[in-house]
Amino acid sequence: MKPTRIRGRIWVLTGPDGQMYNDVDTDMIFHNRHLHITNLAEMGQHALGNLKGWEDFAQKCRPGDIILAGANFGAGSSRQQAVDCFRALGIAALIAESFGAIYKRNAINSGFPILTLPGLSQMAGEFKSGDELEVDFETGRLGLNGEREYQAEPFSRVQMDIYQAGDLFAYGKTLET
Amino acid sequence: MPGQTVIEKIIQAHSDEEAAPGRIVWMELDVRTARDFAGANVVQNYRTHYGNSPVADASKTFFTFDCVVPAKTIPYASNQHLCRLWAREQGIRVYDVDAGIGSHVAIEEGLAYPGCTFVGTDSHLNILGAIGAFGQGMGDQDIAFAFKTGKTWFEVPPTMQVVIKGELHPPCTARDLTLAVLRELGSSGALGKAVEFTGPAIEALDLAGRITLASQITEMGGIIGFVPPSKEVLAFCRERAGREVSGVYADPDAEYCQVVEVDISNLEPLVACPPSPANVRPVRELAGTRIDSVFLGSCTNGRFEDFVAVAEVVKGEHIAPWVTASVVPATRQVYARLLREGVLETLFEAGFIVSNPGCGGCASGQIGMTGQGEVQVSTSNRNFPGKQGAGETYLASPLTAAWAALRGEIVVPG
Repeated sequence: MKPTRIRGRIWVLTGPDGQMYNDVDTDMIFHNRHLHITNLAEMGQHALGNLKGWEDFAQKCRPGDIILAGANFGAGSSRQQAVDCFRALGIAALIAESFGAIYKRNAINSGFPILTLPGLSQMAGEFKSGDELEVDFETGRLGLNGEREYQAEPFSRVQMDIYQAGDLFAYGKTLET
Repeated sequence: MPGQTVIEKIIQAHSDEEAAPGRIVWMELDVRTARDFAGANVVQNYRTHYGNSPVADASKTFFTFDCVVPAKTIPYASNQHLCRLWAREQGIRVYDVDAGIGSHVAIEEGLAYPGCTFVGTDSHLNILGAIGAFGQGMGDQDIAFAFKTGKTWFEVPPTMQVVIKGELHPPCTARDLTLAVLRELGSSGALGKAVEFTGPAIEALDLAGRITLASQITEMGGIIGFVPPSKEVLAFCRERAGREVSGVYADPDAEYCQVVEVDISNLEPLVACPPSPANVRPVRELAGTRIDSVFLGSCTNGRFEDFVAVAEVVKGEHIAPWVTASVVPATRQVYARLLREGVLETLFEAGFIVSNPGCGGCASGQIGMTGQGEVQVSTSNRNFPGKQGAGETYLASPLTAAWAALRGEIVVPG
């Protein structure tokens, strides 16, 4: 069984004005000039490479870190690399106010933990990059620095089934009789 | 428990989880398909992950080739043949390059029926909302998984209701009604939502008109648009499916996230101008615009009734000398009826090119693309830059397109 409760250092995706970025599209996450890359290990270095102020994210982050993002994260194209680049870096979870529909589907299918926290961008001031966040996938409970609590939407059964199996295809194999 | 909308009921009947809006649930699939676009990727994904193991149920799995038919390049031909060979190994039926548009074949062959769940690689598969079925286009990985397991997951969308006030009167057609809804909702008015249509004009639509309306939900950003099946539609589906079918209807106390009224009592013929299907204006305002070509067909207006409407206008006449015009019936069955009833002859004599069934101009130009500076009137579903070629495409009803072909310019029909 994979862990359903994790703890990690957070990165809050804010812009030059200090506000959380909304509508971060897949070109900002993984620019189309890198779309020829199919090897997962090579994708990490380009993560957020086209988002102003975050071009050096791949150098700054560590495996186990958690990203907090605003509304409609992952809008735009269907490219799987926009999810895979974070998996390549070992990012443990991505929490956003909301996700683009295709991005959400891709993330769930690849077993990458994402959670929706309604109203997150309004509360952005309460989170600082470097804070420690505890995340419970089963209950959606978030604990900030062991002090404050927030309620995100918990994993659905679908999400947990696929996450535990590894990815959508691996889950398909568990159904074989 | 509050009442349920159509999509909530259909998903609920195919899931053991609560199908409430916003919830992500596993859903059993009655039918899973792939077309020639993405079909080879589905096979490749399947082989990579599941080797030579059999699909969940070959009798519920189909290929429908409709995009590049017959294949005009070797890569397309090779991709189609890869699917054919794999289908033979698996015992999967292929509706091949002669069959026509997959979503229409599904309705005609009774593969789809009211209340069923149906997925494939066609982004307009939600057209099955025309018979009250849940159709949905998905990517090649999701479809490979569906082939293997017979299920998929889906986030139950909220439902909005669109109430059509008033009735349709000639020269307005189902396409003009559809354009009126597009004008009201815009390109994102139904974003992420299921739509349910209601009103006397909706009830009066024949199957062809229902298909036209349902085919444009994608252009409003919607997941699917349901037209409650009429007695005639139920009888048709019963006969085609060879089994008892019943419609799925919303509960009277179903909860809608939004109700929108569209009044068509004073409707006039409409046209969607470049560069998007939601850029709708009255035909009247475009009258006099000189045109170069006309396309009739696609999953939006490729039915028998659509071509009959055109034939009635052009019978005994000839299209303008500077215009080229093409006809692509949606399916082999539509083609056969047009042939037997003399409609193709009328269109041919009037100067139309008649092509074999398929997706027509939408998928890499089965019947040619527009060139730089070319102005086209088309009954297809999208006019984004580049979609039908390098020219400018105006989307309109078969009637408006027929008159444009005759006069060589956009004119108000009738």
